[in-house]
Amino acid sequence: MKVTIDGQEIEVEAGTTILQAARMIGGESVPPAMCYYSKLKGSGGKCRCCLVEVAKGSEADPRPMPKLMASCVTGCMDGMEVNSKSSDRVKEARESVTEFLLINHPLDCPVCDQAGECDLQDLSFEHGKAKSRFIEEKRTFEPEDIGPNIQLHMNRCILCYRCVMVADQLTDNRVHGVMDRGDHSNISTCISKAIDNEFSGNMIDVCPVGALTDKTFRFKSRVWFNKPYNAHRECTTPGCCGKTTVWMFGDEIQRVTGRKDIYHEVEEFICNECRFDHKDPADWVIEGPREFDKDSVINQNNYTQKLDTVHIATEEGILKGREQDRKKISMPAIPLDKEEEENFKHGNL
Amino acid sequence: MERTHYKQEINITEPLMNRINELISHYPADKRKSALLPVLHEVQDAHENWLSPELMDKVAEILQILPIEVYEVVSFYSMYNQRPIGKYMFEFCHTSPCCLKGTEDLMDYTCEKLGVKVGEITPDGLFEVKGVECLGACGYAPMMQLGDFYKENLTEDKIDQLIADCRDDKIILHDK
Amino acid sequence: MSKKILLDKINVPGIKTYEVYRQNGGYASVVKAMKAMTPDEVVEEVKKSGLRGRGGAGFPAGLKWSFIDKKSGKPRHLVCNADESEPGTFKDRYLMEFIPHLLIEGMITSSFALGANLSYIYIRGEYMWVYKILERAIAEAKAAGWLGKNILGTGYDLELHVHCGAGAYICGEETALIESLEGKRGNPRIKPPFPAVSGLWANPTVVNNVETIASVPWIVNNSGDDYAKIGIGRSTGTKLISASGHVKNPGVYEIELGLSVYEFMNSDEYLGGMSSDRPLKALVPGGSSVPILPADLIYKTANGEDRLMTYESLSDGGFATGSMLGSGGFIVYDDTSCIVRNTWNFARFYHHESCGQCSPCREGTGWLEKVLWRIENGQGREEDIDLLWSIQSKIEGNTICPLGDAASWPVAAAIRHFRDEFEYHVRFPEKIKNRNHFVAEPFAQVKHLVTKQTV
Repeated sequence: MKVTIDGQEIEVEAGTTILQAARMIGGESVPPAMCYYSKLKGSGGKCRCCLVEVAKGSEADPRPMPKLMASCVTGCMDGMEVNSKSSDRVKEARESVTEFLLINHPLDCPVCDQAGECDLQDLSFEHGKAKSRFIEEKRTFEPEDIGPNIQLHMNRCILCYRCVMVADQLTDNRVHGVMDRGDHSNISTCISKAIDNEFSGNMIDVCPVGALTDKTFRFKSRVWFNKPYNAHRECTTPGCCGKTTVWMFGDEIQRVTGRKDIYHEVEEFICNECRFDHKDPADWVIEGPREFDKDSVINQNNYTQKLDTVHIATEEGILKGREQDRKKISMPAIPLDKEEEENFKHGNL
Repeated sequence: MERTHYKQEINITEPLMNRINELISHYPADKRKSALLPVLHEVQDAHENWLSPELMDKVAEILQILPIEVYEVVSFYSMYNQRPIGKYMFEFCHTSPCCLKGTEDLMDYTCEKLGVKVGEITPDGLFEVKGVECLGACGYAPMMQLGDFYKENLTEDKIDQLIADCRDDKIILHDK
Repeated sequence: MSKKILLDKINVPGIKTYEVYRQNGGYASVVKAMKAMTPDEVVEEVKKSGLRGRGGAGFPAGLKWSFIDKKSGKPRHLVCNADESEPGTFKDRYLMEFIPHLLIEGMITSSFALGANLSYIYIRGEYMWVYKILERAIAEAKAAGWLGKNILGTGYDLELHVHCGAGAYICGEETALIESLEGKRGNPRIKPPFPAVSGLWANPTVVNNVETIASVPWIVNNSGDDYAKIGIGRSTGTKLISASGHVKNPGVYEIELGLSVYEFMNSDEYLGGMSSDRPLKALVPGGSSVPILPADLIYKTANGEDRLMTYESLSDGGFATGSMLGSGGFIVYDDTSCIVRNTWNFARFYHHESCGQCSPCREGTGWLEKVLWRIENGQGREEDIDLLWSIQSKIEGNTICPLGDAASWPVAAAIRHFRDEFEYHVRFPEKIKNRNHFVAEPFAQVKHLVTKQTV
């Protein structure tokens, strides 16, 4: 079947969704996806970030689809023509969805462990506005303890349902789910039960925001100060591939995650033992640096390219300030002792 | 969390179990879960109109599903109560067509008469006033739901009478 | 007197019971369909009748039936949508409460047409006493041989059960209803697949409103053509209208589609005019989700034609000057009512009833309610009116199910037709402190203030 997305043609097999076709093409036409996760059956359709315009339904029925369609759950038809990035309607809809997702979000990125690898940050960067129109009180939830490994921060949740699907599809006896309804829907165990299934840690990896984070990594580091390496170990947990990314700070492994691709989906799921119990570098065979897409903030600390010491010519001046400014703000009325004067001159005050 | 604070005595009597089995028989043998909503109604009616986690676990066991599946459903639907409620819960429909006919004033009157605010239970545990969304009785407003029944075309006098009847134990809540 | 199809025998004493219903010709359509027709012929008659879904969307029922997947060989189901919860609508309850066997007869005949052997009536949990009425009626029908194995010796088997919901407007959406019937949260499904292909337990399923199914016996007993003769154009047959608000005779009425709004409002056979001497201010003709009409667009369309009770006439003028027949929830407002308060109230309803699955509806409905609450309570800002307009436009069309649209349209219509009332609330907060602010001082008396004051 032939599909055209933003003017780019591609041949796909029957059953391919528009989003999958767009990912095959790659680049800017790929719609953002906050709830769809290719490895989780039945995911998608909920966040509405990936809405696209179907300008031509198919060769057989060329009528345009009146509403924007969620590309992650809409199948391609032969001859279909789709506008993603190229449509103003789509742009507006994505901006709308971004605004809706942010109105009740705490915007607490400075203290959020997800910051730097957060899909909502990326979405806001691309489609958000600097100023909020929402002046009402934000919705909040009571904190709930769901065990020693996973931190639930419901205020940040966007209700993608991915973690529920992980529990349903990867583990037996799901103990958490979506409680209540409407804008009070929340992820909870209802009875404050610990989520301790051997694959439950994957909830953290699939969470697009900072609602589920690794308790063993909590507040340890900003993600971009870590050096991520691909690593593996002989894991004996049935169903675990043992292939991970370890996030290092010096010789210390601060965090272990699955290996995430450019759409932030893990390549394979890993078990809790790999994730939480092996923080000793000796437990791992380090394969080499994990690469991230060029715009990722994780490259802020990029060590995969040669790093030269940067010399800033004006550095000294910056520390000391300009002469005229120093005169303005200095307080000649207070005499400095010899040592203080020396420090001041060197800008160490 | 709040909902685990209250304790409830669980008693699945034989007639109740028979009724539950009858409801389960309405669905294909491998679709027992489908009976969840009707079963929850029956169980709640028999347990002072609310469902504790322990009771929900019992329902999960009967239907052979996970407890979380029951919690999710109970918290979604507005008719299941997750905490003890007043024996006579006056559920006034406060959606617009009813409000056009003075529901809000009548709710104020009822609250004043009972000495409670909306959502509070009277100290004797008998009454609670609640505002609920459209009950499908717009032409007979103001109205309320009391147990399994509707009380329609309400006036202040009718409210007085209803409160008196509740106190005299003359009100049937469930049609069994 | 216009023709009655559904309520013609409603005044027969004891029509609630099986015996009386049967003596008055009840269950004749089952005999006719099973003995003298093939299932496809029944579907054909319903198609010919032009009967449109009475739940609100108005999709042709026969066409919907013809979509059901018969090739897969999977069991098929008919599910009756009795989750009546659209504010302003209470017709299905009336039908089920007072003539329950009509629905059951319709279910049997329709199930036969679809080849369904296991069918359900999904009734909202609040109608618990009606649930019991239906349960008993089903038991009576079964005892009389209309349900069970080998009905009328034809070899056709049918089990019919009633299933109760538990308080969720969203379960009126057909896929949410199916989820709920499966014992789950009422989250609408993503379509496609449509229920006709994969519905209840992934089997082909048709979901129809109570009134739609209750119309089938008449169509089978007479003919699709006879049914199509009633009404006007594509609005065939009769329709139950639930009337509420400031009218003299609120209640449920069966009308022939094509009756004029004026006659329905004012004739003594129907609503008998307003409930007091206060003038008519606005009308919601089809349940809370449809756009509200201001007084000057109620009896006449924008073109000056008579406004009729039909799908087409009520929506004449599109959203700019029209509305919709919807579910037939006819809510009448006199000049004591406040449109802002009414809009806030409806917004609260949709906020409360949003399932929370998709972002625009989950977040947007709450936002709408909060802003409307501020305006209604004297804390509105001038820019809030445009903000409301913007929020509703961002929800509409971007959600999984139509609840998002249903939450948006009333807000849009209220601003479109009653913007000055919103401005009044923003500019004169001290005058709207009391919730009955328009009782003593209707808006018409203070309207001039809005135009004088600029911000």
